[in-house]
Amino acid sequence: MKRKVLFKSTAFILSTLLLLSGCGEENGNGTVEILNVSYDPTRELYQEFNEAFAKYWKEEQGQEVKIHQSHGGSGSQARSVIDGLEADVVTLALAYDIDAIGNQDLLNSDWIERLDDNSAPYTSTIVFLVRKDNPKGIKDWDDLTKKDISVVTSNPKTSGGARWNYLAAWGYGLEKFDNDEEKTKEFVQSIYKNVEVLDSGARGSTTTFVEKGLGDVLISWENEAFLSLKEFGEDEFEIIAPSTSILAEPSVAVVDSVVDERGTEEVAEAYLNYLYTVEGQEIAAKNYFRPRNVDVVAKYKDQFPEIKLFTIDEVFGSWKEAHETHFKDGGVFDSFYE
Amino acid sequence: MATDLVKNEGKHIHKPTAVKKETNWTKRVLITVMFLYLSIFLLVPLVYIFVKAFEQGSGVYFAAITNSDALDAIKLTLLVTLITVPLNTVFGIAAAWLITRFQFKGKQLLLSLIELPFAVSPVIAGLVLVLFFGPRGVMGPLFSELGIKILFSTPGIVIATMFVTLPFVARELIPVMQAQGKAEEEAAISLGASGWQMFVRVTLPNIKWGLLYGMILCNARAIGEFGAVSVISGRIRGMTNTMPLHVEILYNEYQFSAAFAVASLMSLLAILTLTIKAWIEWRAEKQQTA
Repeated sequence: MKRKVLFKSTAFILSTLLLLSGCGEENGNGTVEILNVSYDPTRELYQEFNEAFAKYWKEEQGQEVKIHQSHGGSGSQARSVIDGLEADVVTLALAYDIDAIGNQDLLNSDWIERLDDNSAPYTSTIVFLVRKDNPKGIKDWDDLTKKDISVVTSNPKTSGGARWNYLAAWGYGLEKFDNDEEKTKEFVQSIYKNVEVLDSGARGSTTTFVEKGLGDVLISWENEAFLSLKEFGEDEFEIIAPSTSILAEPSVAVVDSVVDERGTEEVAEAYLNYLYTVEGQEIAAKNYFRPRNVDVVAKYKDQFPEIKLFTIDEVFGSWKEAHETHFKDGGVFDSFYE
Repeated sequence: MATDLVKNEGKHIHKPTAVKKETNWTKRVLITVMFLYLSIFLLVPLVYIFVKAFEQGSGVYFAAITNSDALDAIKLTLLVTLITVPLNTVFGIAAAWLITRFQFKGKQLLLSLIELPFAVSPVIAGLVLVLFFGPRGVMGPLFSELGIKILFSTPGIVIATMFVTLPFVARELIPVMQAQGKAEEEAAISLGASGWQMFVRVTLPNIKWGLLYGMILCNARAIGEFGAVSVISGRIRGMTNTMPLHVEILYNEYQFSAAFAVASLMSLLAILTLTIKAWIEWRAEKQQTA
């Protein structure tokens, strides 16, 4: 019995040592490690991009770089960074979530101007995913308000993608009703009345529609919709492009307070800049994000449907205003469920 | 009484009375319902996990569980368990001893406190730890001053798991030690044994089956804990990803077979745990009758 106790305490001490040694990682043998905290639908994109960047960095600087990834709902990922998750870079679904990190003084509030194109190296939009041959004949946003349509989307309170979904529908409504706010509100509300499952994250909604087979239409990131086609085959689903949608700009930023402390500023900045290179843009396009670089846009032109796109600033002023009006507690979205 | 009934029925010795017939009938219905119920809710899903796991062939299965992210998740889960179980065992023995061997004010309060983790949702436990150790929390600034990372790293996951599994050992030991009484221990002391000798030679042999049982339950929960850990982990693959979190990640990546492969590995661990548990119960019973 004594031996057992001894064994246990040794095991405990050993494991504690192991644990403590695990804390001081950073530079093992000249390898630099950075953490990219991202949102759900970029898993596949960054898997490929990280490999390419590591190769590039090795060639340029002769240094090994290991990039760690964390994925989740955009809002909750921002929350984790605020709570102390040491992200060197954040690549989230919308500027608002990065602003939230900036509000805690973890990064400079002018972050959005530091990189080109509003610090959004790739864009996407919102489209519909329907079952093969479009049995319900869904063509545009109007069809989502019909009585017998079951819609799948996620909760705009927690999901970045869902905010884009909501704002895309709103923008279409404003156009349709000549900027009549009341009619637009009724219109968007009637879409949300048809929502059968309101998941907390975009990826959750996709699995609900695709794997669990619920709903007639999924309002989805364009890149998520394409990915579903790729994963499950084109004989199961179809992408429907609405006439008008929103230009979704997922933003990226270096987290100043973290890179300053860890001394990783150079590699973190290079990492984000590499997203803007032709290689980075190609990887984004291959993963169904719309590139910014003109040459890459031309090359992948046929891949993306033509949709009339409006930006958030054009229709809503800014993310802050959109949030205050629509998503804040007691905002327009809450009033749908009163 | 109950065992007598069973024995007699098995041997068909005496004539069944009307009452017996009735209980017999009730028993059969209950057995059928129980087995149906358990099959639908436990057995079928369990089998389904393995079916799904091997859906794309054993190649995909073994690739999924030997993938470096999966191995890191398994290692982290085992490390967390290896720290949590011994610590909670020591705590559990101390708490059970205090409660069953001493009279003091606030005993009931202590008992309720020990059971608190059963009552609190794990998600809330995780959130409380975030508030406590976070950058603006009570302890957060102190630890970051010392250069120790708690949240979103292994220590945080260990603390969350310890919180959730805290009651298991104490809960198992308290009734055992209460039933045992302190007569044997007092005899040992009066015969000149030191406190440690008494504990190792008298107390420990008496409680060992209860102790092992508690440790096994603690172990099972430590491996499987999702809620509290998911709040505090940060989900960095290869670093702060435990097995249950890894299953969720794979599922969200459309790697359904891989997700079920890791899930099946966890199910195997659970089955192993249950087998050991059954064996311990059998040994304990045997020892009691002997």
